[in-house]
Amino acid sequence: MESIRQLLASIPNYGALPELLRDFIPMLVSCVIILLYVAVLGMFLVWLERKVSAHMQDRLGPMYVGGWHGWAQSLADGIKLLLKEDIIPAAADPLLFKLAPIMVFVGAFAAFVVLPFGMASIVADLNIGVLYLLAVASLSVVGIIMGGWASNNKYALYGGMRSAAQIISYEIPAALALMTVVVQVGSLSMQDIVTAQQGGLHKWFIFRNPFTFVAFFIYFVCSLAEVNRTPFDIPEAESELVAGYHTEYSGMRFAFFMLAEYANMFVVAGIATTVFLGGWTQILPAALVPQLVPGPILFSLKTLFLVFVQIWLRWSLPRLRVDQLMYLCWKVMLPVSMVLILGVGFLAVYWK
Amino acid sequence: MRTYFKDIFSGVATTLIAMRITFRHLFTPAVTVQYPTVKWNLPDRARARLFNKIEDCIGCGQCARVCPTDCIDIETEKRAKDEPEIFASDGTPIKLRTYVFDIDMTKCCYCALCTFPCPTYCLVMTKEYEYSVYDKKDHVYHFAVDKPLYPKPVKEHAAPKA
Amino acid sequence: MTLNMGPQHPSTHGVLRLELQTDGEVVHSARPHIGYLHRCFEKHAENVDYPGVIPFTDRMDYVASMNNNLGYALAVEKLMGIQVNNRVRCIRIIMAELNRIASHLLAAGTYGIDMGSYTPFLHCFRDREKILDLFEETCGARLLYNYNWVGGLMYDIPPGFEKKVIDFLDYFEPLVDDLNRLLSYNYIFIKRTANVGILPPDVAINYGITGPNLRGSGVKFDVRKDEPYLGYEEFDFDVQVGVGEHGPVGSCYDRYIVRIKEVKESCKLVRQAVAKITPGDVQESIPKRVKPPAGEIYMRTECPRGELGYYIVSDGSLKPYRVKVKSPCFTAMSAFHEISRGAMISDVIAIVGSLDIVLGEIDR
Repeated sequence: MESIRQLLASIPNYGALPELLRDFIPMLVSCVIILLYVAVLGMFLVWLERKVSAHMQDRLGPMYVGGWHGWAQSLADGIKLLLKEDIIPAAADPLLFKLAPIMVFVGAFAAFVVLPFGMASIVADLNIGVLYLLAVASLSVVGIIMGGWASNNKYALYGGMRSAAQIISYEIPAALALMTVVVQVGSLSMQDIVTAQQGGLHKWFIFRNPFTFVAFFIYFVCSLAEVNRTPFDIPEAESELVAGYHTEYSGMRFAFFMLAEYANMFVVAGIATTVFLGGWTQILPAALVPQLVPGPILFSLKTLFLVFVQIWLRWSLPRLRVDQLMYLCWKVMLPVSMVLILGVGFLAVYWK
Repeated sequence: MRTYFKDIFSGVATTLIAMRITFRHLFTPAVTVQYPTVKWNLPDRARARLFNKIEDCIGCGQCARVCPTDCIDIETEKRAKDEPEIFASDGTPIKLRTYVFDIDMTKCCYCALCTFPCPTYCLVMTKEYEYSVYDKKDHVYHFAVDKPLYPKPVKEHAAPKA
Repeated sequence: MTLNMGPQHPSTHGVLRLELQTDGEVVHSARPHIGYLHRCFEKHAENVDYPGVIPFTDRMDYVASMNNNLGYALAVEKLMGIQVNNRVRCIRIIMAELNRIASHLLAAGTYGIDMGSYTPFLHCFRDREKILDLFEETCGARLLYNYNWVGGLMYDIPPGFEKKVIDFLDYFEPLVDDLNRLLSYNYIFIKRTANVGILPPDVAINYGITGPNLRGSGVKFDVRKDEPYLGYEEFDFDVQVGVGEHGPVGSCYDRYIVRIKEVKESCKLVRQAVAKITPGDVQESIPKRVKPPAGEIYMRTECPRGELGYYIVSDGSLKPYRVKVKSPCFTAMSAFHEISRGAMISDVIAIVGSLDIVLGEIDR
């Protein structure tokens, strides 16, 4: 956002605007940029998922819309969803029903504010970045429960309840895994975490010590549970509960849920990239090789690779049952992450 | 305690094995046939739309008798002795004039039982499968070209109850 | 609360309504409601002549249509005392076993989807399509064949068919190991199915369950071995039973793995049958008019879902007097309430999938 402020300051007569507007316009501009990025990203990720899943299953996926491998398929789907009739069940709670997709989307979108895309490309470099992310991730839980309850549908209720239990349980090991890195950096700010990894591949947190190596995988698996992806997609288990908490949604509201899910996937992959894989830093130290590929592109590539791994996992594994999911969280992930915290703590004190 | 760690290990191991198989499948060619630009060649024995070569039909009605769903409707009348003799393409004399030969493809169950008893092999199942229509009545195929010449005798029936 | 897994549901294989009384996630009672696909097969069979019943038998268990035709044709042949020649016998065995492979592939694929793993379904269907291509070359149809006639077959196999079958088997047998690695040995899949839906062997026998559902509980019963028909006693194959590798015997996993093992046994059978084919005319024993003497007969065969029984009463005319079908899936569904006691909702799906029901056969 700093670069946007400087850009705007160069406009003549910009200083004449009142203070409120001068603070407000950069925020608006950066939010619009992020919103466009999320929208295009959502469409791209939907297309990518369909193509990757198709090729894994020996079929072709979208081929027709737009010419080359159906790249405009998600655009066409978006237009179709906009044109659909807006159905609200008669017995549903109208306010909660309409608010639920928005809450879920806000939970995903608000996390984009602290993702460091490049050295100077971060919307707001909060000094409590990681804490802010964990707080905002819980907003989507509220949205899901609202969606499940307001639909007035037993299947949706089941989906909402299961999802709430799942997401809040899995936030704990995820947060602990992130704490291993925060302890070593000494700061919660995302940009500080990335700058601590500058200087080459061996400085990335995933390779620095065995504790953070395991922490990466713990965080990755817990983040899959956060975004309700297989093997943890009980809330939207298509073959069990028809469609879980978004059974009764159609048209643009359903599109919001889907967009929120893909944005959320990108966010958790982005957090994993920033914290463990070095964010926008490159493989070879910047002292030796100048930065050829700009920071945001490198960040996006690494994140998209992690998103690809998420898609790959979805199409390879069956689904866990609810109690097995809870067992995994409380009896496997949590003890391991606590051991990791202990280990990193020892290292930080006794091995400078 | 040992089963705890064995479970974790086997979970991770089988996940990675499954992921390897799907990754390999990313690079195998797809088996999709992109219909309607590419069409599959049906074998010769494929059972799709029925076709009757009415010039060879002798009007025996065997096909209508065998059909399990009664989708073939045949009405015939005897050709008079003074009409010229006509033959099917394999030489069988045609003694009956078939003036109604309707096949209702919406009732047909594509079992091909009707094609076997036909003495002149005029009723066949073709490979044509793209014959959707907008009106259900268009699925009734009228193969007969003749018109009935002689009036049908009127059947007596009881007077309606007052 | 009462949860209705209604007639339209992505994973009850067909139109089946399950009325579940749940308490949170645990199911107290599960009552299946069937009849949504009832098409009056037995009434139709009284109004059509004997060869005309065969297209109707196709449509009962539409996944394994060759076996349905076979059961009916064998029943009428036994009533009339017709003997078929060796070529017909071998081709019938080849078709029945290939259809068993196709049916088990479909069962495995859809079970994967129920469990959440969407990829094995498409791999199974890719191989199933190859089997259906073989059938299409022989008799012209892909799903409902009308192939086994009373006294013979509809068409002889086309030239080059035996080689195509052997090529297919050589291509397909390594892929079963692939499927196993993707689905059967997967830790999550085993956890989902291994302790779920235990069917004790005595309960299974009491309910009259047959086929892979019974063999999954450890009972070694196969109609092909115990009451052989079509000369199965000359062939060398094993009866696979569930041994409870992961969890108690009789779980969903056992029923599923019995089906996968049976696929390998069927491959063995097909190879032996191809080796035994002799030249001949497949239509020589077909009578001009099928008119069995008055009497009744019950003929049972092993269809992929269990023991399919045809009870035919003939009064000496051209049309059957009564055709009653004993459907194996019907008996399996009748034990459903017993098996699913105390299960969770996800487990109910696992149990229904492991029983491998086809509603066309239950409702007829």
